[in-house]
Amino acid sequence: MKYLHTYSFAETTPFLLSCGKTLSNVNVAYETWGTLNTDKTNAILIFHAFTGSSHAARHYEKDTEGWWETYVGSGKAFDTDKYFIICANVLGSCYGSTGPSSLNPKTGKPYALNFPFITIRDMNSAIKNLTDHLQISRFLAVAGGSMGGMLALDWSIAYPNSTKSAIVLAASHSQPAQAIAFHQVGRQAILQDPSWKKGNYYGSEEIPRLGLSLARMIGHITYLSEKKMHEKFGRKLQDKAELSFGFDYEFQVESYLRYQGHKFVDRFDANSYLYLTRAIDYFDIRIDHGEGSLFSAFEKSKCDYLMLSYSTDWLYPPENMKQMANTLRGCGRRVVYLDIDTDNGHDSFLIDNQVMVAAVKNFLSQEIDTTENNV
Amino acid sequence: MKETIFNIGYDLITKEIPRGSRVLDLGCGDGELLAELKRKKRIEGFGIEISPESVGIALSKGVFACQADIDEGLSDYKDNSFDYVILNQTIQNTKRPEYVLREIMRIGTRVIISFPNFSHILIRMNLFFRGKMPKTKSLPYEWYDTPNIHMLSIKDFRTFCRQKGFSIEKEINFNTNINNSTSSKKILFPNLFAMYGLFVLKKD
Repeated sequence: MKYLHTYSFAETTPFLLSCGKTLSNVNVAYETWGTLNTDKTNAILIFHAFTGSSHAARHYEKDTEGWWETYVGSGKAFDTDKYFIICANVLGSCYGSTGPSSLNPKTGKPYALNFPFITIRDMNSAIKNLTDHLQISRFLAVAGGSMGGMLALDWSIAYPNSTKSAIVLAASHSQPAQAIAFHQVGRQAILQDPSWKKGNYYGSEEIPRLGLSLARMIGHITYLSEKKMHEKFGRKLQDKAELSFGFDYEFQVESYLRYQGHKFVDRFDANSYLYLTRAIDYFDIRIDHGEGSLFSAFEKSKCDYLMLSYSTDWLYPPENMKQMANTLRGCGRRVVYLDIDTDNGHDSFLIDNQVMVAAVKNFLSQEIDTTENNV
Repeated sequence: MKETIFNIGYDLITKEIPRGSRVLDLGCGDGELLAELKRKKRIEGFGIEISPESVGIALSKGVFACQADIDEGLSDYKDNSFDYVILNQTIQNTKRPEYVLREIMRIGTRVIISFPNFSHILIRMNLFFRGKMPKTKSLPYEWYDTPNIHMLSIKDFRTFCRQKGFSIEKEINFNTNINNSTSSKKILFPNLFAMYGLFVLKKD
């Protein structure tokens, strides 16, 4: 059985992007779990984070582990016995949806830097094409963490009638300056790697390994917390008892980061890294939807919200989520907001946490209960 | 906090609120009052609560609550967003009671506020005869760990409303039975013999 599907569109009418350019022959890779009920009230759209894919969870026992395995599955927070779940790979990524590594139909070669700049809004437009094709006009919930949370926010405002609720985790209404700064350092690492060759490294032996792994190492620091790093590594040395007075990887924390960097190069495309970080940097729902005002942006939404922030997330600090929750309350939306006390930093939304499991479960059952009453 | 504390005056508040009202409960705890109002009066309820554990429990009862501090979490609401704003056994915990009162009178058409009466005879006797900070069923804390930082009497609240221009639509003074499930209201000299005061304030 095939679990990874691809929907293609813009074969005749080009797909218009926020930057003014267009794309033709757009692919959106997606996977689904569970069964859609007859009145189509149990569909949930899950958005992955920056380097994620459509593979949120296993489809069968020996399948590879999904990025949200802890939360998606039979009996889990996003219960695949109860809900029909869709997760699509975003535009610009490298896991089956059209991105800089895809073939440009006009040239027959990979787009590389000819790929147009994309935004969070464009990613959702592409996914909306897919969900329209699947004939799901209204979701029970749209949900995601980090960039996925930004997509959930954008979706709830851009398509107010197409979801009953939004679950927004470890996200922000706009990319904070500090996060833009880290992204820029990561991009510079790639851009300055001689193997990057202005993006034209496809098909060659030499790819920008150093730059991409360095970018990942920098990014990874922002996903953890100081406390977590201290607990996990402290000042412990890697495979040795004494200092070696050298610049090589010596502390465990260094070695861990190197491992994260290496592992990443094998699974992610450097140009996708550039395009996706840029798309996140451009994200600001106040500008995109509210002419600069958060209140005006949220006034356009109609759904209920579950918003969770994490106490040690310094990439998207809890204060930011709290501000969104307060503004949404002011708009008269039904909002549940919780700041979860954890040491796991920005990555918390990926890690097993009973408070989060209970919150998501209870929120979803409340949403589906009220749906059934209304029908 | 003791379980019994949460049920104080629920019967009276439930009687007060008309069916289908839009209600905000400040310091909603584990959401029991809003859940009860939803069941009995089909209200549309919202809660604000500072404890994350309580917000989680409230959600399990189908009550939507936000983790926020009452003293700073009200300014985003528009004028007259709610038919009723409830401040049940909470005013004495706020840092800025006058600010909170003004804010909830702004965002609600009516306000229901209920609090333990600090001039109750038992409290007076406690202080008078034992010379210690009073500890009673309604005020079970030690002086050093009490969340009650702005204690008041029924008389104090009347004076406060008069001075600040809040109009009192209804005043109910009451005592509760042992598990707080029912409240008795007919009390002579309430400032002395009522354990709790409940006021309905209405916008002019």
